[in-house]
Amino acid sequence: MPVHEQIWSPLLGRLSLAAIPTEPIVLATFGAVVLGGVALLAAITWFKLWGYLWKEWFTSVDHKKIGIMYMILGLVMFLRGFADAVMMRLQQAMAFHGSEGYLNAHHYDQIFTAHGVIMIFFVAMPFVTGLMNYVVPLQIGARDVSFPFLNNFSFWMTASGAALVMASLFVGEFAQTGWLAFPPLSGLGYSPGVGVDYYIWSLQIAGVGTTLSGINLIATIVKMRAPGMTMMRMPVFTWTALCANILIVASFPVLTAVLAMLGLDRTIGTNFFTNDFGGSPMLYINLIWIWGHPEVYILILPLFGVFSEITATFSGKKLFGYSSMVYATAVITILSYIVWLHHFFTMGSGASVNSFFGITTMVISIPTGAKLFNWLFTMYRGRIRFDLPMMWTVAFMLTFVIGGMTGVLLAVPPADFVLHNSLFLIAHFHNVIIGGVVFGVFAAINYWWPKAFGFRLEPFWGKVSFWLWVVGFWVAFTPLYILGLMGVTRRMRVFDDPSIQIWFQVAAFGAFLIAMGIAAMLIQYTVSILRRDQLRVNADDPWGGRTLEWSTSSPPPDYNFAFTPIVHDLDAWADMKAAGAPRPTEGFRPIHMPKNTGTGVILSAISAVCGFALIWHIWWLAAASFAAIVVVAIAHTFNYRRDFHIPAETVAACEDARTRQLAQGAAA
Amino acid sequence: MTAQHEPVANAGGSAALTTRYYDLHEHDHPEGGSTMLGFWIYLMSDCLIFAMLFAAFGVLGGNYAAGPGPKDLFDLPLVAVNTSMLLFSSITYGFAMLAMQRGQVRQTQAWLVVTALFGAAFLGIELYEFGHLIHEGATPQRSAFLSAFFTLVGTHGLHVTFGLVWLTVLLVQVGRHGLIAANQRRLMCLSLFWHFLDVVWIGVFTFVYLMGMLR
Repeated sequence: MPVHEQIWSPLLGRLSLAAIPTEPIVLATFGAVVLGGVALLAAITWFKLWGYLWKEWFTSVDHKKIGIMYMILGLVMFLRGFADAVMMRLQQAMAFHGSEGYLNAHHYDQIFTAHGVIMIFFVAMPFVTGLMNYVVPLQIGARDVSFPFLNNFSFWMTASGAALVMASLFVGEFAQTGWLAFPPLSGLGYSPGVGVDYYIWSLQIAGVGTTLSGINLIATIVKMRAPGMTMMRMPVFTWTALCANILIVASFPVLTAVLAMLGLDRTIGTNFFTNDFGGSPMLYINLIWIWGHPEVYILILPLFGVFSEITATFSGKKLFGYSSMVYATAVITILSYIVWLHHFFTMGSGASVNSFFGITTMVISIPTGAKLFNWLFTMYRGRIRFDLPMMWTVAFMLTFVIGGMTGVLLAVPPADFVLHNSLFLIAHFHNVIIGGVVFGVFAAINYWWPKAFGFRLEPFWGKVSFWLWVVGFWVAFTPLYILGLMGVTRRMRVFDDPSIQIWFQVAAFGAFLIAMGIAAMLIQYTVSILRRDQLRVNADDPWGGRTLEWSTSSPPPDYNFAFTPIVHDLDAWADMKAAGAPRPTEGFRPIHMPKNTGTGVILSAISAVCGFALIWHIWWLAAASFAAIVVVAIAHTFNYRRDFHIPAETVAACEDARTRQLAQGAAA
Repeated sequence: MTAQHEPVANAGGSAALTTRYYDLHEHDHPEGGSTMLGFWIYLMSDCLIFAMLFAAFGVLGGNYAAGPGPKDLFDLPLVAVNTSMLLFSSITYGFAMLAMQRGQVRQTQAWLVVTALFGAAFLGIELYEFGHLIHEGATPQRSAFLSAFFTLVGTHGLHVTFGLVWLTVLLVQVGRHGLIAANQRRLMCLSLFWHFLDVVWIGVFTFVYLMGMLR
């Protein structure tokens, strides 16, 4: 229900019983979530898992566990974001011949906004951050990140932002503005309810986490590489992670500032982006795209790294053109800052400005194309093994190239004037984000799962999922390309022209195929966990990897490496294997590690409360929770003892167990 | 990095290979080795927030919406006094760091207190200025120019406030534990933060106040 009537009470702010939605679809979802949530909490209590979860996971500063928690957060939010996608596809397939479909405008507008926000901020970002968190310290031969406590805090801030978005489904409403909340639509005049405030505060809270994790990973990569690992000996995934994190630190503050200004417009009535009193809505659109375009490269660059690692490993060769890959990554990093205006060529900034941004946009396809040729040349004359990670990589190459080409097409300003805001654009960016980021994340999950858990993912259901996804993707999005060329605009709820219904029905069928693909993926995970003993890898290095993460046991011990490896070459682990360097089995020393802390969880939980209070204008609670954040943060700085030593005996016991396991694996 | 200079081990001695590829005699890494770099990167991200607020001021700074402009509002002598408060506080923070280098706890604390007083004076004058403007009807809601002005200058003021809280906490911690390595590192971070705010203020003084008077 829209909360348009501005009733405010000192105790509860704008919050009242009217905030609970009455739409049957939302109520049923609410019921299911409450029942499921209660069942989950009851199960955790019944099996007495609270202590275990708190001690081993929630308060953990271990980058590996935090990485896995990011992946779980991404997966859970992915299911929510995909449910939104299915609802949109159904609505658009139905709403012809005078039918209104099954979603009213208020609900539908929230769904397309939430779908975009969730998929970018709470699915793609946690997946990418999770992968970098898990893999980067292992690839550079480090025992943790530079700031382990900040890492835990960053994760929980992201989770708090996600929790606020989820809360908006059942308490109040979400924004009805599209995923970037352009003013003046997102201003107080056109969006008086709490929807845009949910949007602002969930992104601000998650943004703190993202920025801090970016700083953390840059410092880690710069400062904590193993001896001998010069910059040009870093694995390509680490390089792409470095560039992506530089982009994070250099762009998320822009989002923070622009959302803060929008928040001030809405909360205290300033005039940054209003139509009157000198405000400029186009300033918002410029600023948010100065964040928004680097953001898409934050998402794709690390996956380019993943594809590089996988292509080299599964072709059994060194990566072709390592240094050109590094330079291409750096060039994309820089270029991503000077293309933002291509998102609004129709602003009317004139032919010269549009030409500049059109050309810079097209130029990005050159380093990207160089990467693609590098992967192809790596495969050329390689002994390619088509395991699941490699299958996803090939699917990526085929799919992403089409998405890249439609992107170059959109970069031509006159073409963009026609295709702007159409379903062609929707098809284009889903083509690169699904074909690039999502396929890449699936490739990475299949590739590094045995590293993280010590057993492989089951291939049969993985292949079922693969084919359903790849075919489903093309069935779902090819019709959108065609519709876009016909001039159908995005975000429509009902249609007048019955001749185009068939395309929407085909697209809905594609979404159904993808849904089956997701189901097969969940079955794959379940079957793999149940059959983990048959799928166990005894060799630590099941794929014949080339980088340092495969030099330690699978799953790695808490301390990652009993002895820090010394790097003499690119592909350090391949070099160690070729030299036949024996793994040290004695002389272990105590290892210095950071201690777990609950401060991150507590600070983030209070931040979520503070955000909720600000959304609903419950000023006393906002002030109190902000004060609590400051007090808890200060109290944390009074704790000077944040580290401990893993005794040499523990290390020895752990490494001896691994020696036995390796011997067993070699004998089998 | 010494590893690179070792002779390449030939086939044979597997113990030599182990030594070549594993750091067998590693010691604990000193704590906080990444802190200064990490804090510097954080400052650069904060700098971008200010850059955006400056950009907003640059775009909106002339949009008075038939309301008061800089010439009607700004009192340059007052801003000059205010600026000198902040600049003095940077110098006194520098003295605190020199005392810290010499290991003099009492002197470090004394200079930090002087810094805090200058910082508080800066904030006091800024609050007086804001109060005066609002009293005259030049509120943040009056025009886009004033929205951008109050947000940019106010964000800087909030940073100074946060710096004062931090400084107070560090005074307590130095009192408790002395100038141990962890406290020295924290004082160094606050030093970067404090001087950074000074640099930002020079930007505010130049682009908002001085150039505003020339508009």
